[in-house]
Amino acid sequence: MKRRDTGGSALNRARKLGFSFDGRALTGVEGDTLASSLLANGVRLCGRSFKYHRPRGVMTAGSEEPNALMEVLRDGAWHPNIRATMQELHQGLNARAQNCWPSVQCDVMAVNDLLSPFLGAGFYYKTFMWPRAFWEGLYEPLIRRAAGLGRLPQSHQGAPHEKAFAFCDLLVIGSGPAGLMAALVAAKAGADVILCEEDRQMGGRILSDMAQIDGGAGADWAAGVLAELESLPNVRLMPRTSVFGAYDGGVYGALERVSLHMTAPGRTPRECYWRITAKRTILATGALERPIAHPDNDRPGTMLLGAIASYWHRFAVDPGRVVVFGNNDHALAKARALAADGMDIRAYIDPREVSADTPFKTYQGEVIGTRGRHGLHSVTLRHQGREIRLDADTLALSGGWNPSLHLACHMNGRPVWDEGIAAFVPRDAMVPGLQVVGAAAGIFSTHGALDSGARAAMQALDALGMHATPPDLPQSEDTPYAITPLWQVQARGRAWLDFANDVTTKDVAQAAREGFVSVEHMKRYTTQGMAPDQGKSSNMGALAVLADATGGSIPGTGTTTFRPPFVPVSIAALGAGGYGPSFAPQRFTTSDAQTRKMGAPMIEAGLWYRPSHFPRAGDRDWRCACNRETLHVRHAVGVCDVSTLGKIDVQGPDAARFLDFVYTNTMSSLKPGRVRYGLMLREDGHVMDDGTCARLSGQHFLITTTTAAAGEVMRHLDFVQQAYCADWAVRLISVTEAWAQCTIAGPLADELLGHLLGDLPDLPFMGCAPVTVGGVDARLFRISFSGERGYELAVPARYGADLYRHLVALAEGLGGGAYGMEALNVLRIEKGFVTHAEIDGRVTAFDLGLQGMLSQKKDFIGRAASQRPRLTGPTRLQLVGLRAVDPQSEITAGAHLYPGDKPAKAAYGQGHVTSVCYSPTLDSWLGLALVENGRARHGETLRLDDGLRGIRADVEICNPVFFDPEGGRMRD
Amino acid sequence: MIKLKETSAVAQLRLPTLTGCTLRALPPVRITSIAPYPGQMDALRAHLGGFPAPGEVVTLQGTDLVWAGRDLAFAFGADLPDGLDAFCALCDQSDGWCGFALEGAGAGALLARRLPFDLREMTAPASARSVLDHLPVLVVRRSSDRFEIWVWRSMVQSALARL
Amino acid sequence: MRLPCPCCGWRDLREFTYKGAADALHRPAPDDASGWDDHLHNRTNPAGETRDLWYHDPCGTWVCVTRDTVTHAVISGVPLEGAR
Repeated sequence: MKRRDTGGSALNRARKLGFSFDGRALTGVEGDTLASSLLANGVRLCGRSFKYHRPRGVMTAGSEEPNALMEVLRDGAWHPNIRATMQELHQGLNARAQNCWPSVQCDVMAVNDLLSPFLGAGFYYKTFMWPRAFWEGLYEPLIRRAAGLGRLPQSHQGAPHEKAFAFCDLLVIGSGPAGLMAALVAAKAGADVILCEEDRQMGGRILSDMAQIDGGAGADWAAGVLAELESLPNVRLMPRTSVFGAYDGGVYGALERVSLHMTAPGRTPRECYWRITAKRTILATGALERPIAHPDNDRPGTMLLGAIASYWHRFAVDPGRVVVFGNNDHALAKARALAADGMDIRAYIDPREVSADTPFKTYQGEVIGTRGRHGLHSVTLRHQGREIRLDADTLALSGGWNPSLHLACHMNGRPVWDEGIAAFVPRDAMVPGLQVVGAAAGIFSTHGALDSGARAAMQALDALGMHATPPDLPQSEDTPYAITPLWQVQARGRAWLDFANDVTTKDVAQAAREGFVSVEHMKRYTTQGMAPDQGKSSNMGALAVLADATGGSIPGTGTTTFRPPFVPVSIAALGAGGYGPSFAPQRFTTSDAQTRKMGAPMIEAGLWYRPSHFPRAGDRDWRCACNRETLHVRHAVGVCDVSTLGKIDVQGPDAARFLDFVYTNTMSSLKPGRVRYGLMLREDGHVMDDGTCARLSGQHFLITTTTAAAGEVMRHLDFVQQAYCADWAVRLISVTEAWAQCTIAGPLADELLGHLLGDLPDLPFMGCAPVTVGGVDARLFRISFSGERGYELAVPARYGADLYRHLVALAEGLGGGAYGMEALNVLRIEKGFVTHAEIDGRVTAFDLGLQGMLSQKKDFIGRAASQRPRLTGPTRLQLVGLRAVDPQSEITAGAHLYPGDKPAKAAYGQGHVTSVCYSPTLDSWLGLALVENGRARHGETLRLDDGLRGIRADVEICNPVFFDPEGGRMRD
Repeated sequence: MIKLKETSAVAQLRLPTLTGCTLRALPPVRITSIAPYPGQMDALRAHLGGFPAPGEVVTLQGTDLVWAGRDLAFAFGADLPDGLDAFCALCDQSDGWCGFALEGAGAGALLARRLPFDLREMTAPASARSVLDHLPVLVVRRSSDRFEIWVWRSMVQSALARL
Repeated sequence: MRLPCPCCGWRDLREFTYKGAADALHRPAPDDASGWDDHLHNRTNPAGETRDLWYHDPCGTWVCVTRDTVTHAVISGVPLEGAR
């Protein structure tokens, strides 16, 4: 193998590129792929196979490559399983062979090859069965170490990737003659066209063969069409883009290699994961050439004939002395053409009778073996009962062509067998809106490709309601294609089907003998087609061998299921923009900057970020701060930003009636200026959410939801309104974002507000009123989630930051201060107030002791189901309080509760702990729990067992309201 | 007696530099949501002088009525006539939303990459509700290469990171 | 997957939240116990055409979608008033 002196349509020879392979400094030129530059440098051995560690070389020139998988250094880490055929060469590219040690030339695991008689299909299943005790400790680590192709980088990979959407009228996948013709016809008619091509260059097979179109070189015709497409504003050409999956609704997944060909891509995304939505799609992905399973067909130097032609024409790679082994008319015609172009073709071998009118010797026969330790030296063939050995550098195989119909089968459509071309072809309408053209449809002539491309475009335009006149097709060859299938050569020695996973014809036959006669079972037993190439070049051969072994027909045996992705897709591209701070949207309150300035660690609450606590100098840990903040509220005054609670504005003549329907209790009786606690159920009778409902005026309510359930409640209310009472005059809109709202709680709350408002309105507990604060219209609610006298003050969000600053300063002046989520949690546990730790989707109003809130006088969402027998009664887990018997003994949420004399087994479980805190007010660990028949068991002692954290403690069941059970502190 | 000061949600932010278009924060504007009650649409239209159908933007004497959801329009700008509340629910949304203008020849192409709906269907002036990578957005197309993107105040930083 | 919103036209699945079968549109009478059992828990799970409910989060419209569970074809999407 070497570089030819002339030619190479893809190359810019003026620009030399230095790169390295396995530590060797080599030189390629601009336009090379890693594969073509290795071949041009005479490197044939470029990897080892998966199981037997056999030497492997480049076999194809496209994304279907099973052999030349290597590691490439990108962004400081070695990335495995890079197909050398798809990696464009760039200055400084650093690649190395994988699956070998210490080197690709001398790989100690190649001993597996000598053991191959023992390593056939199902080796692992049979060998690592006994004894059972060895499964996890011995066998699994052993197998894991040997398994897998390549090794992933072990560090976090932070290189930028992108995700993007695109929409078009017509998506054309593949830019060979059929795809180009289709895109041109549709684009000229005005359709928005996206043309995707896997390769760097558009043109498909035209770039690699010498097809004549319109009396000139096909490549010239393609260049003309591309120039025209490029000039049209309604066309987007997307080279380096593999469409990898077809999904419902005309959605296609595609992977664009944006900067993997650059030496220093910087912040340019490495790849872009596209979701393309197309009204119509034309699949013009061509066909993949098949190898032939003959003994020792895996030796480096054995390549597909079409790939050799591609390397010859596009990359000026001279394959040296070539022997061609084919079984179809294309193979012979291509051999002739390549010989005429100067390739040193020594012989053409075909099991069919071949005319001798060729510039090279022809043999009717088969290849039955090859020789050469790290690369092919000679080919042995069988001809008229004799064995003949021919010296050769390259063996070119052509076993026929498989239409690349994968995408057409992604929605579970099954292709049909075409005896004429001995291949599966797509049926119509396997994917709605998708038409298959050209070689992908089994139409192999250039004329056929152009014609089917044009026709499909006309049909697509028709479906889009656009009109065009049929184009005049350029002149091109329309020769028929004839093939005599040859799936395996019957001779001694191992003949490979799946080169990446080392599956031979013998493995498939053995699978069939052992009962794995279904193609899906054979695949899993032998691992046929399960390597990164997903059997693109081998599945067809394997199922033919299986059909032969079982005495069935090929169409009767059928294909395995085609699933996305068509080519490997990096997780980094699929997850682009979805890690770190971009993992989910972040929501910040208006007090966020001030809170952080005060040194508070932030914790996530839904999408929101809220302060955990406010550390001060001398704090031993967070609990010191939490205790201080709790006691501020109990003894002075505390301030907390509660803007994250969902706020929904409900208005209209039917607003009260609507709220009666969605809350379990009655809101229509609420007087303007008053607030009521409300409970919402799901229709299945379980609690959905709780919150407050304030009547601002006769037809105007403001309701609140918990922070995490705000979206769910909005969806639910919209549903009830649109499904059951669309004609009621009520409208809902979220105002969560519009208002900043702060709690002021504690015995000194009135004093603080007096300073702020000057004139504090005389609000009763659960009252609300409009107020003016600092010249701004605001809303004041006298409600409490802490059990202290408390208010919530709401201002338009633009004033939120300033309000919070003032409130904190005033509170600090009164001996209190800001409090965070930890203190908020302690305060509410001390009062037995529930959150979604208790409202976990499985509890009923009865469970929480709130059955009194279920109105008997009206229908409401969840009423009927809440009355079902098993949703109430002593078998239910009921809300209780827990006190640690030793008040200083820590208890934990999530722990389970058992009778003291019973083991921690599910059968004895009495319930579980939902929330805990250390209460500085009561100087004790407290908890809330859901306990079977709990309300009747106050005073009973249970054992708390947290197996996960190793915590055990005795706890006493009690009233969940630990502090001020009469509620005088907040009410009076 | 104190006087509360306004804080801008966008003034402190560094806006990303984009190629082919410019991004700038829009000044705060009065936004009132208008949600007509069932059966009141015609009366409301008569009273207001118009009301946007889904996807529409209607301009009335300096006030833009932008379709913003089911049975919902946002009035951007000047005061609304009195007496509307007989036909619809009105709610001040001025503080809930932050707007950005995206302008330039590349604005449409950039947005089209980021939004999961077919931007070709928006013929200016037009509005659409969608998501920007899970963030709710209101997109208003003012002309072929001028867009407004409105996002929730609390999500401004996340929204910018996604452009 | 793409679904039709009566307000916004065809939109990507990511903009929708699924609820369940369109059975939810018909609430039984408050005292119809067995009716409620069916309403809450029993679903026909058809192979073929089915109607289910989706919320288009961006615009707040609930949509009754008719689709085919075998072919994955989405046939129509209408607002709930038109679906009952």
